[in-house]
Amino acid sequence: MKCGIIVFPGSNCDHDVYHVLSHVLGQETTFLWHQETSLEGCELVVLPGGFSYGDYLRAGSMAAHSPIMAAVRRHAEVGGRVLGICNGFQMLLETGLLPGAMRRNRDLRFLSVDVHLRVERDDLPWCSGYRRGDVLRMPIAHAEGNYVDTEVALDELERRGQVVFRYVDAAGRLEPAANLNGSERAIAGICNAGGNVLGLMPHPERCAEEMLGNRDGLGLLAGAVAAGGGRVGALAAAGG
Amino acid sequence: MTTPSPAAGEPVVDSVLAADHGLTDEEFGGLCDLLGRSPTWTELGIASALYSEHCSYKSSKIHLRRFPTRSRRVVHGPGENAGVVDVGHGWVAAFKMESHNHPSFIEPYQGAATGVGGILRDVFTMGARPIACLDSLRFGEIEGERGARMRHLVDGVVRGIGDYGNCVGIPTVGGETGFHRSYNGNILVNAFALGVCRQDRIFTASASGAGNPILYAGSRTGRDGIHGATMASEAFDSESEAKRPTVQVGDPFTEKVLLEASLEAMRSGVVLGVQDMGAAGLTSSCFEMAARGGAGVELDLDLVPLREASLTPYEIMLSESQERMVFVTQRGQEKAVVEILSRWGLEASRIGRVADSGRARLTFRGRTVADMPVEPLVDGAPVYDRPAAPPADLHERQRAVACEPPEDPLRALKDLLGTPELGDKTWIHRQYDSTVRSNTIVGPGSDAAVLRLKGTPSALALTSDVNPSYCWLDPRMGGRQAVAEAVRNLATVGAEPVGMTNCLNFGSPENPGIAWQLRECIEGMAEACRAFDVPVISGNVSLYNETEGEAVHPTPTVAIVGVIDRLEEMGAEGDLHQVLACGFWRPGDRVVLLGSDAGEYGGSAYQRLLHGVEAGRPPAVDLEAESALCALLRQSRRAGWLTGCHDLAEGGLLLALAECAMARGIGLRAAVDCGPLSLFSEGQARALVTVPANRTEDLLAAAEARGVPAREIGDVGGDRLVLEFDGGAVDGAVDDLRRVWAEALPRAVG
Repeated sequence: MKCGIIVFPGSNCDHDVYHVLSHVLGQETTFLWHQETSLEGCELVVLPGGFSYGDYLRAGSMAAHSPIMAAVRRHAEVGGRVLGICNGFQMLLETGLLPGAMRRNRDLRFLSVDVHLRVERDDLPWCSGYRRGDVLRMPIAHAEGNYVDTEVALDELERRGQVVFRYVDAAGRLEPAANLNGSERAIAGICNAGGNVLGLMPHPERCAEEMLGNRDGLGLLAGAVAAGGGRVGALAAAGG
Repeated sequence: MTTPSPAAGEPVVDSVLAADHGLTDEEFGGLCDLLGRSPTWTELGIASALYSEHCSYKSSKIHLRRFPTRSRRVVHGPGENAGVVDVGHGWVAAFKMESHNHPSFIEPYQGAATGVGGILRDVFTMGARPIACLDSLRFGEIEGERGARMRHLVDGVVRGIGDYGNCVGIPTVGGETGFHRSYNGNILVNAFALGVCRQDRIFTASASGAGNPILYAGSRTGRDGIHGATMASEAFDSESEAKRPTVQVGDPFTEKVLLEASLEAMRSGVVLGVQDMGAAGLTSSCFEMAARGGAGVELDLDLVPLREASLTPYEIMLSESQERMVFVTQRGQEKAVVEILSRWGLEASRIGRVADSGRARLTFRGRTVADMPVEPLVDGAPVYDRPAAPPADLHERQRAVACEPPEDPLRALKDLLGTPELGDKTWIHRQYDSTVRSNTIVGPGSDAAVLRLKGTPSALALTSDVNPSYCWLDPRMGGRQAVAEAVRNLATVGAEPVGMTNCLNFGSPENPGIAWQLRECIEGMAEACRAFDVPVISGNVSLYNETEGEAVHPTPTVAIVGVIDRLEEMGAEGDLHQVLACGFWRPGDRVVLLGSDAGEYGGSAYQRLLHGVEAGRPPAVDLEAESALCALLRQSRRAGWLTGCHDLAEGGLLLALAECAMARGIGLRAAVDCGPLSLFSEGQARALVTVPANRTEDLLAAAEARGVPAREIGDVGGDRLVLEFDGGAVDGAVDDLRRVWAEALPRAVG
């Protein structure tokens, strides 16, 4: 699958996602500059982590108005896959492609730590390598990951099954202490109603190789490039 | 040569004004002789910056010559923005450590942030992409009412480092944090950065080729940081609060963009030299580049992008506004560089050209405001051999104090684990992104960090170390120990040391006792460098870390980078993170103690933190024993025998065992044939290793062959730390120890 990684001047996880998509998963992968207006035929678009334009205002707020975002929006509207990781998730919220907003972390500090996530959906291509209820370990690294929305909107999100990942403890239980950034309903990742746009705060690209001591994130990126909506054997094929 | 003339409103330059600029009468006289006239105000500012301790190393140069600086791996030694060593497989590593002590004490957040920014620029101006940072921090007492300001400093420094490094996207993978009352009036913030690049892509900062254009890129020049270098070359007094404007303000987003744009410009083939504007801003960047290229420069200061139009030439030359660079390009090719920079949203202006005059000629509004010879000002800055003598109370310091054995060693262990000094540092580490760039195999909290080098079978390991108490009691032994511990830390992960950088933090060199400490520490470090064959490839000296006569403990921070040539060799018994990160993980593994101990308590954590005594001789460092131990550890790692390794350092054997147990909550049962006091001895050249039972014989045979004492002391397993000793036993739940350890720092910082 042709993959495009959007590069903002302050992106700093662009090379990491590139490495996994290209070298680990063997996909045709290209960088797309924020000032471009075309996605060059990419089927998967990744908004990577980082600090887009410095994020001195709200994280991702300026990126939402960059030239390439119009193309990303059109891609999403016709069912194309868009994955936002960390800063990319924040941008998806700012563009309105996903609902809700981010506040500063509960204790107002940057958090760089491994967390546990529970997979809430396994009928989406993104999660084709996982089963519902699986507990994954992934690093987070952010200062604004405290997900918030109105109670009504959160209920709607739950009802439509748009919550894809939640922060849990190692045993898969919802515990306030495991929800470090203080997100409403322990939300770590959500998708749009169509399921083709996914945003999450943790970094799957940093835990996709045996060498780094954790491969829990590989399934997500393998799912992102898997054809169709069903399960695929990408995980087994992607051992490298 | 044009004779510059003073402008209206400029102060008259005389020896009094020169003294205000930190120049002695002799230095001012020498400057007048050099110019053949009195300097203008702008020239005085320039000279005072170049002659400052921070820029000129005038009090340390004579001692720094003691360091070995060559090896078959060294590509660039001291003198460039960062040192460069060959790490194999066609790659080189560029690294350096630098202090930002004075600004961080005055304004902790910006001081620490811009410290990180400066060291990153030093690395990427060499053409290397930064891949990791370390931070070595020293604070004063943080507990109680007296510690209120110190807690504010800890918080500000940690946030400043985090916000800057996290935004630029460089992982902070380790470092150290210590607390001691000698830092109550002067904290230390030493930032280290490591970058890598292909061997043929290395750049240097030199200006050559008369007529070649000089481009200015990055942030505009403002009034911040004027005289920062001079401020960093003075002791603090009660007026230091007024120096807040000399602290620069950082913008990590601009740094990130500057990093990417600079690396791209360097790849374009038309850039000849690059230099960042660090301490002393445009002054040092232009003078140093010209000096390295044996050239001169002509600058039109009207072309320097300014934040406000009213800046004077004096202010333009001395501003330390951050995130600014200078490029020298081939003549007629500057457009290509400007295009790259503007694609990244950066302003670039041509501000002058390289000249063959050997002079720096600066014009402003049609007038020559400075015309000075480059080389004599840069390389001919004064060098002092300051009088040095042991401090009067040295004998008193070194007098051994009887050390009482602990009545309850478990209680003593918990008391040590509960101090900010030896407590868990996660509260700090988790404010730093340690995994961005996806190379981190072992991050903060272990003996050495390990980063894979993508596209090669190898990895780099890095660590920073120093024990200021040891250095205060015996600077030569302390200097040796800092290097030995760093080399040992690298050996625990099987890495071969390839180069060292350092940051020498001391009080005023005008005090003979301090000058002696500086000389002795360097001598001890140099001895160890020679013994381990580790060249010093870069470094930084920070003097005048004292307030109202109270100097910091001598703190020669050492950072060493090592190479693991074939990473896969280490992973025979488990995944790489498991076997390389500190901590027990597999029940049933045998625990072997390597090295011997003669009972070393001078400067030990046991005496210092539990008994309030800092006296005696610090642990003796036997360089041969250290070399043998390190060779054994590397051999065992390469053979794939080890499932874990941790060196013995502050706190001794019991603390090291506790750290191994607490890492993953897995205990051990072991026995040693020594008394309870020995459990806290800080004898050097020792390490704990874990091996599968079927590898013990191999390990013991290899140890014997190398003359390293080795004893099997027990087995990994259970959830308690059980250690029998002569006359008793320690028996504690690992979870309890872990709780005390984890809560120590968060409780102290409130």
